[in-house]
Amino acid sequence: MTSVARSASPASAPSLIRRFRLIGFSLIGIAVYFLILRLMLGNTGTATQQVANALTLGAIYALVALGYTMVYGIIELINFAHGDVFMVGSFVALWTVTSDPWFQAIGLHQTGTVTALPLLALYLLVMFAVSMTVVGLLNVTIERLAYRPLRHAPRVAPLITAIGVSLILQNVIQIIVGTGDRPSPKIIPQDAFPFLGAEIRFVNVFIVVTALILMYILTLFVGRTRLGRAMRATAQDQQAAQLMGVDLNQTIAITFLIGGALAGAAGVFQSQYFGFVRFDLGFNAGLKAFTAAVLGGIGNLTGAVLGGFLIAFVEVFAAANGQQRWSQAIVFVVLITVLVFRPAGLLGQQIGERA
Amino acid sequence: MTALRGRLAGNPTIDQVRSFASAHRSLAIVAAMVVAGLILPILAQVPPFSGFQSLDVWIGGFSNAGVFVLLALGLNIVVGLAGLLDLGYAAFFAIGAYAYAYGSSPFSGQHFPFILMLMVGALVAATFGVLLGAPTLRLRGDYLAIVTLGFGEIVPIVFLNSDKYTQGTNGIGGLYKPEIPGVEFTLLNPWPFYVLMLVIVTIVMVLIYRVQESRIGRAWMAIREDELAAASNGLNTVTTKLLAFALGASTAGFAGVFNAAKLTLVSPDQFGSTVSFAILAMVVLGGMGNIWGVALGAFVIYTIQIVILKQLNAFFGDNHIPILQDINFVQYQFLLYGLALVLMMLFRPEGLFPSQRRKRELRAHDAAATESEAVAAMDQA
Repeated sequence: MTSVARSASPASAPSLIRRFRLIGFSLIGIAVYFLILRLMLGNTGTATQQVANALTLGAIYALVALGYTMVYGIIELINFAHGDVFMVGSFVALWTVTSDPWFQAIGLHQTGTVTALPLLALYLLVMFAVSMTVVGLLNVTIERLAYRPLRHAPRVAPLITAIGVSLILQNVIQIIVGTGDRPSPKIIPQDAFPFLGAEIRFVNVFIVVTALILMYILTLFVGRTRLGRAMRATAQDQQAAQLMGVDLNQTIAITFLIGGALAGAAGVFQSQYFGFVRFDLGFNAGLKAFTAAVLGGIGNLTGAVLGGFLIAFVEVFAAANGQQRWSQAIVFVVLITVLVFRPAGLLGQQIGERA
Repeated sequence: MTALRGRLAGNPTIDQVRSFASAHRSLAIVAAMVVAGLILPILAQVPPFSGFQSLDVWIGGFSNAGVFVLLALGLNIVVGLAGLLDLGYAAFFAIGAYAYAYGSSPFSGQHFPFILMLMVGALVAATFGVLLGAPTLRLRGDYLAIVTLGFGEIVPIVFLNSDKYTQGTNGIGGLYKPEIPGVEFTLLNPWPFYVLMLVIVTIVMVLIYRVQESRIGRAWMAIREDELAAASNGLNTVTTKLLAFALGASTAGFAGVFNAAKLTLVSPDQFGSTVSFAILAMVVLGGMGNIWGVALGAFVIYTIQIVILKQLNAFFGDNHIPILQDINFVQYQFLLYGLALVLMMLFRPEGLFPSQRRKRELRAHDAAATESEAVAAMDQA
């Protein structure tokens, strides 16, 4: 499990080069994807639009995938409840907006859109703060109650509790809000600007940029802080880390806190971008994000982000071909293919069976 | 259980029966199933049960419960015996059911006999189990969980989206009823299905029991307890796990064929992920690894889910009990499953009717935890 450690080493000269190389490769990848779509659709504007959609979707998947990969990296547990934690995040974001008395006082909840920039910034800040905190703490609570007591149990035990937690979260939300789609006010104005023949909405740019900022902060945290070092040490070898004075419980709790906070941010994106939330959206999103984490190499932070974008690219590609209803099946085929031919993922290392 | 045994010991006749039963376990299973098959209809006629619904409805419900007993028995091979987590088990149930729909319906124009289709359904399900398991069982166990979760999600989607071959959401209807000489299967008479179900469950239980006590069964348990050690002792872990997976899938295939023939309809919405989770909850609650435990667990949970929750609603509603009368218990079903999964794993991982061996294993971590706490306490001092 050295991949978490490797992916986020502090910025020394080689890592600086690596970072630029990463940006370079990403841009080349996006360009290639654009060209493929352009050839297929025969229209530059539509192709640009689809690339923008794919990047936005990818940012959401990547944030959720980070939660899976961090938890797996540190305690080798597939946290099945993570998709539902993300779903709870989208509801917290919705409730933050709709229950805000100021928001209603100025009558903005009618249209939902907030046009004054400082006010919009304030609202978004509140949404992120509330959603990330609540969902982060929820994730910590889940770990404390459902996973920590089973840390030494056979591997199948925490997996089963994770499924149980997932069912509980889904059903509690379903009981509270019912089964249908819940519309969520989009507070970001739906304005767009022309770019390469397409009309790109600001919300797309906002989501991608914010997600990248969050990922960068995460890299800094894992790579440069004391707690981040404790996390990397724990991921490498729990016992050795404990002997070096790392507080295991605290480190694992912080991993869940961060994973949950990222899912909370993704929940804000979900409510703002799609304009609806549902009690069962966590299931599919979780499956896709997990596939993303495996595709990139589970336990590897860069890999999760890469995987998130790749899965979104595949999904949007399928949708652009009018095969939306097969997108879930295609993602699953990707998962199986990766597991057969490169089980360690694109950026991961081969992991031996735990003794 | 033990208290009962203690009381019964000393009685010579009972002792004789017990020693005979432990020497001929397969016969004991048959006998127990016959007794259960006779007692259930009688029990359904005794108040308060007789007040809930008519005897025919009870009998029909029992055969439906039998489907879940079969599914739980099959999943028990995978989860309980081999220690692999299969979260998309309903997919094999679906495959068995659709196999019957293709083999015996006006839609496909085929009409193969029921008994043959039972075998075919099991075989097709097992084939898919092998196809899915072969690439993934080489990997760590938890990958299998997520792959099966995905598989369980995809199979209904495939049946839903390939409308040309499956009639999409509507499903394939008008399936032929089983045809066994001398017995007439009709919608109005639930008894033939009940007896047929009892026979299938009994056969499957005996088969599973015999496999469990064989070399293969011991190999599964060895893998479950320590895969590395099992492999070091010359066990081919991949084929052994694959066998568990295939046998589990084929049991679901049986259940699928029976269910399709009873309902005379298959549609994608019968096989959602919720079915997989319900079966998992039954296995965990009943007691992973114990055939009687999971069978009983599945039966009891299914009955509670179908009958008792409705009765609770009616009871609290009729008596106008505050708060409780406003709760729709049927709606809380999956919340209850979720809570059951978490609470059972935390406080009684061996299930309500445990297998002794699995209990020791699942409780082993408690000892380990106490040990590490002791070490931590020493650190403090």
